[in-house]
Amino acid sequence: MKKKNFFLRYPGFTIFAILAAAIVLVAIFAPQITHGVSPIKGNLAEAIMEPSAEHPFGTDKMGRDVFTRVIYGARASLSSTFLLVMVIFVLGTFLGIISGYFGGAVDAVIMRLADMMMAFPGLVLAIAVAGILGASMRNAVIAISLVSWPKYARLARSLVMKIRHTDFVAAAIVTGSKTPYMLWKYMLPNTITTLVITAATDIGGMMMELAALSFLGFGATPPTPEWGFMLNEGRSFMQSAPWMMIYPGLAIFITVVVFNMLGDNLRDILDPRNED
Amino acid sequence: MSKKQLLSRLLQMLVVLIGISILTFLLTYLSPGDPVRNMYLAQGLMPDEEQVAVLREEMGLNDPFLTQYFRWLGNCLRGDFGNSFSLNKPVVTLLSARLWPTLKLAFCAMVIMLIVAVPLGVLSAVYHNKPIDYIVRAITFFGVSVPNFWVGLMLTLLFAVRLKLVPVVSSGGSFKDLILPSVTLAIAMTAKYTRQVRTAVLEELHSDYVIGARARGVAESKILWGNVFPNSLLPLITMLGISIGSLLGGTSVVEVIFSYPGLGNLAVSAITSYDYYLIQGYVLWVSIIYMVINLLVDISYNYVDPRMRLRR
Repeated sequence: MKKKNFFLRYPGFTIFAILAAAIVLVAIFAPQITHGVSPIKGNLAEAIMEPSAEHPFGTDKMGRDVFTRVIYGARASLSSTFLLVMVIFVLGTFLGIISGYFGGAVDAVIMRLADMMMAFPGLVLAIAVAGILGASMRNAVIAISLVSWPKYARLARSLVMKIRHTDFVAAAIVTGSKTPYMLWKYMLPNTITTLVITAATDIGGMMMELAALSFLGFGATPPTPEWGFMLNEGRSFMQSAPWMMIYPGLAIFITVVVFNMLGDNLRDILDPRNED
Repeated sequence: MSKKQLLSRLLQMLVVLIGISILTFLLTYLSPGDPVRNMYLAQGLMPDEEQVAVLREEMGLNDPFLTQYFRWLGNCLRGDFGNSFSLNKPVVTLLSARLWPTLKLAFCAMVIMLIVAVPLGVLSAVYHNKPIDYIVRAITFFGVSVPNFWVGLMLTLLFAVRLKLVPVVSSGGSFKDLILPSVTLAIAMTAKYTRQVRTAVLEELHSDYVIGARARGVAESKILWGNVFPNSLLPLITMLGISIGSLLGGTSVVEVIFSYPGLGNLAVSAITSYDYYLIQGYVLWVSIIYMVINLLVDISYNYVDPRMRLRR
């Protein structure tokens, strides 16, 4: 009964879930949507053409169709963002639970590591790591994961600490529950909701950070269509061809809005304490 | 903060600082391939084996890791961060020349943020769930969802290219040069901060003493500015410290967009030319600045929160 009405009960969530699914579908069916136009091969004779019926978003300096590249760009942005959020979610949760459960030296080491990572402001370390590892989407993901896991680890740790010394946990240990079982059956379920909410609300922000690295030239490499890097390419043609940077930016913006709204709505559903 | 607390805090900072220095030093080690070869290649030179070997020896890259680390650390402590390979100047000279413009930019962005975020946040909290609140929330939502580098580009397009009100490339000298970069930098931070101000004030507004004061007929404005706002300052100052970190880290993107002569811009060009000493210097400097700011924030609690003083 409850399940049947779920989507009707949460119209906000439903709308943005559909929109998010639509963006994912656009990424998957990019070739069909763009009617087989290549996002990589351009026709130099058609370089830097204004938006027209044939090229709705215009063409870039290599004569490539900007619309096609924006559509294909969803692939790089979405896949790397999802990968990034997965990595920091799994890594941070794991380290946080271990840290909170065992305490002592394990806790001290993990938390001091987290402190160190958090002592680097914003993207500073990520830029340095991504730059030194060399420009690629994979390295950008590594760089941002490296500086983002502490947030999840701290959260998971504090949630585990809350229940670590309760009676039911002590009882479970006394009755012979093995440590992996304890972590999996008691600690993880107690942290997972909050962490899922955090991860969901983080998707948009992470997407922007990845795009920022790409924009600086430390992420996607040409000729891969990626929104951040398209902005980088479009920047030098700001005066003559503003469409080269308007549309990729709009694509980032819309995607981030949809995923942020989805995250916020998910938080409202899973965490009734939060009134916003 | 009492003297004892301050001391333990400084000790903690020292531990983290050592960690930061190791990590910063490791950056060179993370680098795939040979640093010397990379440096040559970045300058478009093809080095022969002999040159590479000589330079490796000169830079001490053949020594064991710990020897290298402690030599580097010792030099840093004496204020010698090495020479920039690509610009042929001491790293210290380069960084200190760029430090002021970046601080100026971050400071302007912070001022804009405070001027906009505090009134909007308070307004939104006072008129909770009224039209004004919804409008503020909508604005902040867009503020956090829009990539700041794109906003920067769009603002340039509009104000510099089309309207020609401000220069496209800012040299960082005049006030006019600062407007677009600092507005760009401020947008995302302002949106985030407005939300935090709203939450903090809202929480305070729901406390019992507010109801009590209202019941006794104390004027609403007096409750708001005399009690509620000062009480919600504490979390706001903490968040301000964190925001400054994001400001410092976020400057690189904005500086690149506006070709602003700051630290971040320097760092990005250092990375593209594999200028290891310069990169290390940059990362180390910015994180130390960030740590000092956070320490100052903690110390400021003393003055904002009387409870902290009483605890002594």
